[in-house]
Amino acid sequence: MLNWLNQVFCVTLFNLRTIPERKGAVTAAAVGIAGVVAVFVGVLSIAAGFRAAMSVKGARDVAIVLRSGADTEMTSGLSREETRLVADTPGVARNADGPLLSAELFVIINLPKRATGTDANVPFRGVEKAGLAVRGDIKIVKGRRFEPGKNEVIVGTGAARAFAGVDVGETIRLGQNVWQVVGQFAGGGGSAESELWTDAVVLQGAYGRGDSFQSVYARLTSARAFDEFKRALTSNPRLKVKVERQGDFLAEQSSMLTTFIENFGVFIAAMMALGALFGALNTMYSGIAARTREIATLRALGFGAGPVVISVMLESLALALVGGTVGALAAYLAFDGYKAATINWQTFSQIAFAFAVTPELLVSAILWAVTIGLIGGLFPAIRAARMPIAAALREL
Amino acid sequence: MNEQPQKNGVLVDVDGVEKVFHRGSEDIHVLSDLHLKVPQGEFLALMGPSGSGKSTLLNLIGGLDRPTRGSVSIAGEHVNELSDRQLAAWRARHIGFVFQLYNLLPVLTAERNVELPLLLTHLSKAERKQHVATALGVVGLSHRTKHHPRQLSGGEQQRVGIARAIVTDPTLLLCDEPTGDLDRKAGDEILDLLQALNRQHGKTIIMVTHDPHASARAGRTVYLNKGQLSDEPVK
Ligand SMILES: Nc1ncnc2c1ncn2[C@@H]1O[C@H](COP(=O)(O)OP(=O)(O)OP(=O)(O)O)[C@@H](O)[C@H]1O
Ligand SMILES: [Mg+2]
Repeated sequence: MLNWLNQVFCVTLFNLRTIPERKGAVTAAAVGIAGVVAVFVGVLSIAAGFRAAMSVKGARDVAIVLRSGADTEMTSGLSREETRLVADTPGVARNADGPLLSAELFVIINLPKRATGTDANVPFRGVEKAGLAVRGDIKIVKGRRFEPGKNEVIVGTGAARAFAGVDVGETIRLGQNVWQVVGQFAGGGGSAESELWTDAVVLQGAYGRGDSFQSVYARLTSARAFDEFKRALTSNPRLKVKVERQGDFLAEQSSMLTTFIENFGVFIAAMMALGALFGALNTMYSGIAARTREIATLRALGFGAGPVVISVMLESLALALVGGTVGALAAYLAFDGYKAATINWQTFSQIAFAFAVTPELLVSAILWAVTIGLIGGLFPAIRAARMPIAAALREL
Repeated sequence: MNEQPQKNGVLVDVDGVEKVFHRGSEDIHVLSDLHLKVPQGEFLALMGPSGSGKSTLLNLIGGLDRPTRGSVSIAGEHVNELSDRQLAAWRARHIGFVFQLYNLLPVLTAERNVELPLLLTHLSKAERKQHVATALGVVGLSHRTKHHPRQLSGGEQQRVGIARAIVTDPTLLLCDEPTGDLDRKAGDEILDLLQALNRQHGKTIIMVTHDPHASARAGRTVYLNKGQLSDEPVK
């Protein structure tokens, strides 16, 4: 055993020492693998960042109520009467001003993007007085809150970054109405930071929505109160609603896009991996061809075929690990925290988010590299071991 | 040391060996019904025209290849009956190869090259160092241990090759044109060395050569022609 390890060690060392003689091919193969890993990490960090933007921490004690059958707020509708019934349901938290609950509606407006000047869809949400308190984590980072009953809006930080003309102090003209931007807010989870908010009643008036809403956001007395709250609502014969935790709802809202991005990322990475695999195979095959006589000499001296296989695999693995690490590092430096905005096709609105290069992502990227390295080394290793010694010794 | 058959017992017994190579649809009959007995302690030269199969025969004796028919036994061991894995271990124990083009690993120093076969033994690091020093001393290269092959002359490289071949004290030394790439002076030094290994250390040596000057140093010369051995050169 010791003897065998000694052989592996020695042949591997010999193989690695010949790398400087083949640095061109070796570098090309490593760069190929680095490219695969960088693209893989880059694309999937979009999905990871998007998912992180959409799911809120601690939102397990916030419930969202929609009309039953509606998958999004857009397709939902609730009357004032119905929202009152929700407010009276057990499990809703209260403070001095009453239940911590906000009946909301939203419309889609067009604003010019800062980057291109072209218009894009932005959700414009009407919330009730408790709207900020319900979410719990909303902070006014600039200016102040809107005043109820006035054409005043606060803008999410993501929307403020992405769109022109929505800085605090500016006015927005939408149809007949002029809106004053009075503040900027952060938090709220999901796509909240990509939205504009105003008083629900004002928005209803401006867009002729009568006295109807689309959703109710309710803070519960605790995360555990959710089941009771849900049971009470769904068993109420005067209501036809569906109830979800906000975190689950938001994750669902973005699942189509994250899944698409993930599949796309894996597909692109797989195509590139195929290329990198051939690069690695080629490098290893030619590396072995160049060492035919040396390997045959070692075999003639009594070195086993096993150590030759293992050491060729180790060399390929080392190459893949170096390439993979470089690629992962480059992707991390280039993409982590990179700010972007995209369309959520389930709500057709702009979502601002940051790329997230997570540790899990880095680990799976390195696993890709390792797989390429192992497959890229396997066939050349087998060829090296199968080589008839006498014939190989004849080669110059 | 390995247990050795008594002096002048038959060490190498090649019995009715035939070797056929296949190249495409063509069969190349290189050796046919070939017999050779080499006693323990002999220095045998093997001559013959180019392409006559000298290297092929040497490879069969050294367990690098298998005969199409017939048997090769070394010190009573039927080499062609061993598995590939056993054969590799057997080579490591019993055979020292010296190649025409030295076949040193360019990335290793002289002493590391010589140490290679010892990595297949159970010797400790200190013991290996000791053996390497002895072998390099025998070939007169104690002062060049840290040099890489490219820093050495052809003759010096071949001496490293011989040190590598003898460092495990093998049963049999097989040399394929060991002086084929050297000038007369360097070649003579190598032949002196082989002769000394045979006379003073009792090594059994089979040496393939084209050079009558080299075969003259051997105790006996056999000639390979048309797949058969004879004691007389072909006219
Ligand atoms: N692995 C192989 N496959 C096919 N043919 C081979 C193989 N090895 C040797 N031969 C053929 O067998 C014949 C004998 O080759 P061998 O190398 O044994 O000759 P040799 O006497 O050593 O020649 P030289 O003096 O040139 O070294 C040659 O015709 C050669 O082409
Ligand atoms: Mg030959």
